[in-house]
Amino acid sequence: MSTLVLSSPSPHLNYLLRLADDQLILGHRLSEWTGHAPMLEEDIALANIALDHIGAARSLYDRASEIHGEGLTEDDYAYRRDARAYLNCLLVERPNGDFAHTIVRQLFYSAFALPLWEALTRSADETLAAIAAKSEKEARYHVRHSGDWFIRLGDGTDESRARMEAAIASLWPYTGELFEADAVVTGLVGEGIAADPAAIEPLWRETVAAAFEEAGLAMPIARGAQTGGRSGRHTEHLGFILADLQYLQRAYPGASW
Amino acid sequence: MYTQALNNLDLNEDGAVDPREARFMARVDAEERIEPNDFMPEGYRKTLVRQIAQHAHSEIIGMLPEGNWITRAPSLRRKAALIAKVQDEGGHGLYLYCAAETLGKSREEMMDELVEGRAKYSSIFNYPTLTWADIGMIGWLVDGAAIMNQIPLCRCSYGPYARAMIRICKEESFHQRQGYEQIMTLAAGTPEQKAMAQDALDRWWWPSIMMFGPPDAASIHSAKSMAWKIKRFTNDELRQKFIDATVPQAHRIGLEIPDPDLRFDEESGHWVIGEIDWDEFNRVLAGDGPCNADRVATRKAAQESGAWVREAALAHAEKRARRDAAEAKAAA
Repeated sequence: MSTLVLSSPSPHLNYLLRLADDQLILGHRLSEWTGHAPMLEEDIALANIALDHIGAARSLYDRASEIHGEGLTEDDYAYRRDARAYLNCLLVERPNGDFAHTIVRQLFYSAFALPLWEALTRSADETLAAIAAKSEKEARYHVRHSGDWFIRLGDGTDESRARMEAAIASLWPYTGELFEADAVVTGLVGEGIAADPAAIEPLWRETVAAAFEEAGLAMPIARGAQTGGRSGRHTEHLGFILADLQYLQRAYPGASW
Repeated sequence: MYTQALNNLDLNEDGAVDPREARFMARVDAEERIEPNDFMPEGYRKTLVRQIAQHAHSEIIGMLPEGNWITRAPSLRRKAALIAKVQDEGGHGLYLYCAAETLGKSREEMMDELVEGRAKYSSIFNYPTLTWADIGMIGWLVDGAAIMNQIPLCRCSYGPYARAMIRICKEESFHQRQGYEQIMTLAAGTPEQKAMAQDALDRWWWPSIMMFGPPDAASIHSAKSMAWKIKRFTNDELRQKFIDATVPQAHRIGLEIPDPDLRFDEESGHWVIGEIDWDEFNRVLAGDGPCNADRVATRKAAQESGAWVREAALAHAEKRARRDAAEAKAAA
């Protein structure tokens, strides 16, 4: 089974893959923590969140397959596309780093995902709306978990505060991309399928600003400028994620597991 | 049973039997559960702390060989199942540390012993997971062996341990079925997949058999544990049960047990295996298995690199408590 090339995917398919790829790659990153977390409770929590994300990815790939109409499976999308065909935002592929990096990345993403899912519960794509309704509940838990840690670490010791500042500085540049509206998104917003990023950004900002405030950390002012994920132009990290993730399917093409 | 139990009674300084001890044994013999606040002989407490802590450590270290394949699992369904399984193991570790804490030893103390290499855990987790088939093999054989060991523990005389085991066994038997299904899929797959499954069975069979511990003749803790009803069956009895259950499962899917001496004994109705390499068992238990050093080092690294997180959580909790107290005072 060879590499899957999607020649000019429809905006609807493209949008579903963006959503799904975000979920899969973030879930993959979080799953790397399993067995290595700072405490047993966090091993369990991070694995739990990873599972939520991977579960959402699977439902979204299923929906993508229905739209696509070529009988592809979730695994075709996950295991047979190269990095240039992956459409996740850059934020989710950033390395786990220390626990502060993981928490900051998670809060930045989950604070975006929560209003996104909330808006998508009203999507004209009813299957997507149903997935969003389930994911919204999970995202609420993710925001609480990462928000609590954001505050604990920001308002903890000098060391934890310094680590949080470093993590924020390294991840903030990737937050602007979350609210980009290209032709794919704008068209689908018009059709009532996609959520409008312009409406999500202030909600995201509100959640994140409250966490910064309570943690006693300074929120950067400039809008994050790093972008490219939605058109398959990734950081150098994604290739390694996919090498790991896809190796068995690539080494034994066509086998079922 | 009772006379055997009497042999275990601690004597007072004047050589008399502590009457509390006789009452304790009578309760154990009557199948009553011993609870944290009840009197118990020191030996009973020590044996239980040792066994439950080792059990908890096994769950925690056991997350590593399987966790090793999470990012490389070959399908999203398998990946999700594996993450859920490893998450369950973390949960089992938590229950068990809690059960051990009811006996007066703190989780921190137990953790320190683990990362300093002073605590034991199941010998099986010192073997490496080299292929995807190893993940199925761990579910089928390792969890299968664990269940054989653990089902009788659901009736263990110490209440908190018995109750933890009831919860754990339910999840373990699910993992075991999942593991067997995974191996079944490989055995029915391409020739490469079947070879992968056979190779994994070749490497995991004997270590799984060793999970039941030394033979009865050499088991130092057995007699007392049986009298105290911590243990219900001997190592060799459980091992035989496992072999009898597992050999037909392997044959059913066309895999061969890597034991030229394996034969079915019509007379006893049991499968009889060849010699177990007890030297290897002792070597692995003594710290010289293929992964002992790596496993402990990985756990230690997680513990050390997470220290600042735990300190921050503590510092924040204290700050918050102080602020809340100050606010309450101001409001009063």
